[in-house]
Amino acid sequence: MPVDIDIAHVAHLARLDLSADELEGYKNQLGLILEHAARVQTLESDATMENAHPLALENRYREDVRRDSLDRDEVLAQAPETRDGYFVVPPALESE
Amino acid sequence: MTPTTIADAGRRLRSGEVTSVELLDSALAVAARTEAQLHAFLTIDRDQARETADRADADLAAGKDRGPLHGIPIALKDNMTTRGLETTAASQILSGYVPPYNATVVDRLAEGGAVLVGKTNLDEFAMGSSTENSAYGTSYNPWDITRVPGGSSGGSAAAVAAGSALGALGSDTGGSIRQPASLCGVVGMKPTYGTVSRYGLIAFASSLDQIGPLTRTIEDSALVLSTVWGHDPLDATSYPGELPDIMSGFGRGVDGMKIGVVKELSGEGYEPQVESAVSAMVENLAASGAEIVEVSLPSFDIALSAYYLIAPAEASANLARFDGIRYGHRAAGDTTESLMSRTRAEGFGPEVVRRILLGTYALSAGYYDAFYGQAQRVRAAIQEDFARAYGQVDALVSPTSPTVAFAAGARTDDPLAMYLSDICTIPSNLSGHPAISVPIGLDDQGLPIGFQVMASALAEDVMFQVAEEVERLAGFDKTPSLAEVAS
Repeated sequence: MPVDIDIAHVAHLARLDLSADELEGYKNQLGLILEHAARVQTLESDATMENAHPLALENRYREDVRRDSLDRDEVLAQAPETRDGYFVVPPALESE
Repeated sequence: MTPTTIADAGRRLRSGEVTSVELLDSALAVAARTEAQLHAFLTIDRDQARETADRADADLAAGKDRGPLHGIPIALKDNMTTRGLETTAASQILSGYVPPYNATVVDRLAEGGAVLVGKTNLDEFAMGSSTENSAYGTSYNPWDITRVPGGSSGGSAAAVAAGSALGALGSDTGGSIRQPASLCGVVGMKPTYGTVSRYGLIAFASSLDQIGPLTRTIEDSALVLSTVWGHDPLDATSYPGELPDIMSGFGRGVDGMKIGVVKELSGEGYEPQVESAVSAMVENLAASGAEIVEVSLPSFDIALSAYYLIAPAEASANLARFDGIRYGHRAAGDTTESLMSRTRAEGFGPEVVRRILLGTYALSAGYYDAFYGQAQRVRAAIQEDFARAYGQVDALVSPTSPTVAFAAGARTDDPLAMYLSDICTIPSNLSGHPAISVPIGLDDQGLPIGFQVMASALAEDVMFQVAEEVERLAGFDKTPSLAEVAS
């Protein structure tokens, strides 16, 4: 049985502004994919995945060496809108 | 005649028979004749390439030899950043993006004297198995231009098969180097996770992504790998220890080795001609002195399910950075949030949206344990299965892909059918182990069949040793008719 999903909620979490038709289409596809993916629940094992790295690396610290950062103008040149060395965005908070 | 392998080109460059500029001109001439049909490249930078080739020739003349890729035309999948050269990951959301920095592999290719021919097409953000998810149009298979080249590194595979580059880099998250290599009749290799730096590789699923070579031969694969791999402090998951001597197994054959045939990677869904070609190769390996055993790895049956939870979950986090503020496409919006949500809906294609939604769901409150947490347990079980197998055998073998190249459009409406393309390749991503696809012949439609050799972590030497024997036994020296017509 396909998995039932609150697709509008998921799309909001993912910050995707999708139309009602698009949401319906994705909901159906995801239901089928998750039905297949739910086969992971058939695993009879209590193994745990604490470290996804196959070589079980230990945490390492790099040498504290000074290194040039990227050129600010070159980086800002890729932004859709900038002003005085800053990225420009519309209001982040709505005013009353 | 122009060299068709890196090793041969290298010898002839050093003997003065050919120049780097001639190798580049030859690659560009093939591209000029084939690109209208193949669309392997998104960007070709002739001027920069010419300049690099000129310098390679001058350096060699002055006695400065930078190594096996010196003067060799190489193509690069367009999800690796190139300073000053547009990098899109085949997404609208990065249309026009010119990175301010090079990926580590790009710097290493440059230090090694390689000549970058151009940036190759892929499925958007490397999500797909056919290149049909590219926002800039599908690539096609040089063996049959009505079929896909596989994916997601389909442009790199098509370019190497056609001869518009002598080698290429791809990235492999669930099979994205090996499956297109199989479908295009070239060698494609995914090294042990952590051995090639991911710095500057536009992230899809960080615990699975790994860069590797696509080439015509096993020797070339090792030559490219030796140039790009090694520890990089800019990648926190980079392996800092000693790497295996990958050339040590060359020419030694498989006499006395133990090779396991994976029981779960056969049967329903596998094309009979693929299975019979793989079985015949296994018999040949036995005749070469290898002991063949059947190995059962039961967790492989649910590897695909685990992958399609883990990879989208990581993708949903990685792709959060594409928000229309610092780079790339921006949609209009009254608030920052509406700007972001519209930018993302406009900029991402359907497969990327599908995977972001899938990953967001799998990680969301109430579903995490049943899906993502359980998928991680499957991943652990797969690593345990592999560990048990490598306690008994030196290497494992299987088909690379259950089918040969499929027709363009055949699977675009059925995401699950597309996902099944990667059923043989995904386990080695989940385990982080090295694996390689070697072309072993053509089916009766003239389409290439690939043979996969898998080995334990950091056992690239063993993997290459077996793969080289497979290459020798197959004697596969055919090139696609498109290249024949073109040359």
